[in-house]
Amino acid sequence: MYGNDFGQPGATDSRAGAPPHPLNAAETPDYTDALAEYFDGLIEQDQRVEPRDAMPEAYRTTLIRQMAQHAHSEIIGMQPEANWITRAPSLRRKAILMAKVQDEAGHGLYLYSAAETLGVDRSELLDKLHSGRQKYSSIFNYPTLTWADAGAIGWLVDGAAIMNQVPLCRCSYGPYARAMIRVCKEESFHQRQGFEILWVLARGTKEQKAMAQDAANRWWWPALQMFGPPDTGEHASTGHTAQSMAWGIKRFSNDDLRQKFVDMTVPQAQKLGITLPDPDLAWNEERGHWDFGAIDWDEFWRVLKGDGPCNEQRIRTRVEAHDEGAWVREAADAYAAKQAARHEQGAVA
Amino acid sequence: MTEQHHVDYLLGLGDDALIYAQRLGEWLTHAPQIEEDMALGNVALDLVGQARALLTHAGEVEGADPVRDEDDLAMLRHEREFRNVQLVEQPRGDFAHEMARLLWFSTYQRELYTAVLTSTDETLAGVAAKAVKEVDYHRDHATQWVLRLGDGTQESHDRMQAALVAVHPYVAELGEDHDAARWAAEHRVGVLPSSLTDAVNAYVVGVLEQATLAMPDAPRWHARGGRAGVHSEVMGYLLAEMQHLHRSHPGASW
Repeated sequence: MYGNDFGQPGATDSRAGAPPHPLNAAETPDYTDALAEYFDGLIEQDQRVEPRDAMPEAYRTTLIRQMAQHAHSEIIGMQPEANWITRAPSLRRKAILMAKVQDEAGHGLYLYSAAETLGVDRSELLDKLHSGRQKYSSIFNYPTLTWADAGAIGWLVDGAAIMNQVPLCRCSYGPYARAMIRVCKEESFHQRQGFEILWVLARGTKEQKAMAQDAANRWWWPALQMFGPPDTGEHASTGHTAQSMAWGIKRFSNDDLRQKFVDMTVPQAQKLGITLPDPDLAWNEERGHWDFGAIDWDEFWRVLKGDGPCNEQRIRTRVEAHDEGAWVREAADAYAAKQAARHEQGAVA
Repeated sequence: MTEQHHVDYLLGLGDDALIYAQRLGEWLTHAPQIEEDMALGNVALDLVGQARALLTHAGEVEGADPVRDEDDLAMLRHEREFRNVQLVEQPRGDFAHEMARLLWFSTYQRELYTAVLTSTDETLAGVAAKAVKEVDYHRDHATQWVLRLGDGTQESHDRMQAALVAVHPYVAELGEDHDAARWAAEHRVGVLPSSLTDAVNAYVVGVLEQATLAMPDAPRWHARGGRAGVHSEVMGYLLAEMQHLHRSHPGASW
């Protein structure tokens, strides 16, 4: 997730889920053959679909689900990093981390706004997050235990997210694609700052080096899981990949993106002097790619289904903030209504 | 000795910004809405920026051998060496408390930075020139929220009024004169805090009136001593959290 569309098969919200014959969902009352032809033409010519365009209902619900999951990931992803704001080891690091967490909040807002162009409301999407009916990236169910984790999240987690998100800049849905352009620029900066945190640690004291290595050990495998289940084999999940690719929402398969990420990251780890925790990691001359070991998909599913170290904590924190802020949002609405009434009265007078 | 007053004056300004940023940073992921996570994060970020510039400059003016940089001053001083007012170190309350604190503090900072735009300390004047624009936004943000909460629902009105009462004992210290400020005013480096009080009060009174809120009665006690390094008991915990990682790795770079 975090730019990938993924959920437990069959466990998505009621309006979502790829239909067995995807375009059947296009048979909505206002989705005529002529409109279908126009939509299919847009997709075929790799043009952008805009909010005003008629679109198959399943396309709309798929996008809403994916953009909502992406937005949820941005705002839940603030938590593990915000965990280090008050303890950042220098004022420069504190400032950078605050700016980064603030960026993630901004990404959440762009994405909720982009989703709203499809006729949903942010509050509705937040309700689904809070009640567990929509997911966020499972990577954020792991804890940030040391300062080096702030670096590992930037380097590995944001690095993996970028790998998912760059192709989304060409996503067939215009508002999502445009939001992704800005998000990717900021994420790219985030990845650099994460790398730089680890770079400094890896050249620091013995304890700092150990801290950097430990963080890489804990974040490497969950980062590889971020691309979702494999495309083939016993752990493959039917998911939504094929339909999303046909619609130009997704451009590369999970395994292709994962391989690109591994190929990009291994040389960076070597440069850092960090050993990635995979004895099977080896350059394959024939394939022109890095081979890597088996991913623990049982862990992936376990954490996705709720049995991860921070699942409950992340949602509890989110729900508490939302509930404790209810009176503030109500006050803002009441004040806005009073102001509007005053303006109206003033206009009448 | 006069140089020490100069250092202390700068530390007072820098520590106010630093310690308040530390408290505001606690809001991220806990705000009433995502826009407010961003806004409070932004205010905190501005304050960290001010703190870095002011502490760096304080270290340079101090001229110790070796010169103490921003992190030496932020991470390695002890509680009794911090010169911030007690208002900024108080624990995070509800959103109304934060807006009450931000209204008073940003209004004070705006008057302060405006007054030191013409400081004979050119670095301080430069910091103020940038900061005055930032705190103008902070004050506006607090003002808008105090209006919404004061004139919103009955609950928000009551909570905002209670917050004003709770914050009130910490307000007077912002306007309290002290030796470093007297030296700064005399040398036209800074101003007497008491010279800012009327303008600060006038602004806040105006906001409260519009927000249908009442200025609380004079409190029975008020905080004093922050500029001399006398803090409330919460300060030690705040520093423990802020400094522990840095202190755990003596001499390390980050």
